[in-house]
Amino acid sequence: MRRTTERAYVVAFLAGIGVAVATLAVLLGSILAAAWPRLSWNLVFNFSNSTDPSTAGYAAAIVGTLWLVGLTLLFSLPLGIAAGTYLEEYAGHGRTTRLLQAGVTNLAGVPSVVFGLLGLALFVRALGLGAIILAGALTLTILVFPYVVITTQEALRAVPSSIRDAALALGATKWQSIRRQVLPAATPGLLTASILAAARAMGETAPLLVIGALFLQTFLPDGPEDPFVALPVQIYAYSTLPTGTWGGVAAAGMVILLGMLFSFNIVAIVARNRLQRHRW
Amino acid sequence: MTVPPPTVSEDILDPAVESRGLSVWYGRKQAIRRVDLKMARHDVTAIIGPSGCGKSTYLRSINRMNDTILGCRMEGELRVDGEDVYGPGVDPVLLRRKVGLIFQKPNPFPKSVYKNLAFGVQLHYRASPSDLDGVVEAALRQANLWDEVKDRLDDSALGLSGGQQQRLCIARALAIEPEVLLMDEPCSALDPVATAKIEDLIFELKKEMTIVIVTHNMQQAARVADYTAFMYLGRLVEFDRTRDLFEKPHEELTENYITGRFG
Repeated sequence: MRRTTERAYVVAFLAGIGVAVATLAVLLGSILAAAWPRLSWNLVFNFSNSTDPSTAGYAAAIVGTLWLVGLTLLFSLPLGIAAGTYLEEYAGHGRTTRLLQAGVTNLAGVPSVVFGLLGLALFVRALGLGAIILAGALTLTILVFPYVVITTQEALRAVPSSIRDAALALGATKWQSIRRQVLPAATPGLLTASILAAARAMGETAPLLVIGALFLQTFLPDGPEDPFVALPVQIYAYSTLPTGTWGGVAAAGMVILLGMLFSFNIVAIVARNRLQRHRW
Repeated sequence: MTVPPPTVSEDILDPAVESRGLSVWYGRKQAIRRVDLKMARHDVTAIIGPSGCGKSTYLRSINRMNDTILGCRMEGELRVDGEDVYGPGVDPVLLRRKVGLIFQKPNPFPKSVYKNLAFGVQLHYRASPSDLDGVVEAALRQANLWDEVKDRLDDSALGLSGGQQQRLCIARALAIEPEVLLMDEPCSALDPVATAKIEDLIFELKKEMTIVIVTHNMQQAARVADYTAFMYLGRLVEFDRTRDLFEKPHEELTENYITGRFG
């Protein structure tokens, strides 16, 4: 009897994993099947158009997404790591800390379209930036900031307190101990933070639509002050056109997006594993 | 009993460490109750006692490592080299440079052997690369570790054995030339061979510095210590020359503990 119960649980857990793996397989399979006839280098090098699916591409969207993700990481990592370090190492356990912590946690749960509205009101209009890459990156920065903070805190928590004690006992100040021992020891976890932030920034559609990303862009953005289109926005734009002819183009865009996401993750994971040679 | 209580404290005229009426609380719980104790210069003092008797707390109050524990509070007086450690204007960071601490579990940084040594030195001195090499080598030699690690200075310190890691931690503390070395059950995670190496090291080191060692192991106290203090429930029960304390303890409590009737 006990053995049967035991087995039933294992089967239930396996079923759970099975659902996850099957979903992923169906998702990748159906995207690839739809995209297959359209896959060609033209997708990468051609600009977008709304008249001829056989020549429509993602050139501007790819460059736009690279700009957005790069700037978002540039802004959000230092800010988020600083905030996470403060909360974890300096803030103590008082009421204010708990309030700040609750604020960060709740921020992570806010729907992304809300950040889009905030970005529109604050960066596009109040600061008068307009619908440019910088405004998009700042909006995405607010969006990924809580994830970076929380992941940083987890990374710091994973560093044993004996490391902090060792540094303090050698006459290090608190900041010297954090800067020279704790943060370096937490680097693998901080890389996880950057993976999460980049993945979020790469995949967000709604906030960029709200602040006014382009649908059709026939030039490459040169810098943060240019208007832009991003990959998920471009995919969405194509998918609003008649499905029979444009569905394949949209699916091909998803392949590009997923490809970029996976390559970024692989780089970060390889970097993390190399850093993990020194581990307690 | 008619034997007079030991007066060995009065013979220690120029103590390296001295506490008077030292009490320590964690929140509302009192961990140490008015302890008077003197540590003779260039001697080894062992603090023994059952778990929770306050011996580690006492040790950590000497270099103010208890400051980092939330809700920890102390009263009374603690002097290192005659200077009030808790006095106004004392920087615990500078104090810890003078008073090193070795932890129960070896805690090397997750870096190379060399960087483990260099960290403390670079905190306090501006050393040229060749000077630094010299300091690192000298400290590793002093800790009897040089011959075992000289070919793997750039390897991770975490690849060393437990005993080697602990001697690395000792070398790391020696590199900044402390006057007092505190050891908090330094051998409790080590095998007998590694333990013997650390004990040999303690004999050599006491020529250069004052050593205070907390230990669970009474044989270890008997082997390495010149003086031994027995603590129980936060109080100092008895303090004497090691041989006297083990051979003719004055307090029944001490006798019961060292003969293994409780512990």
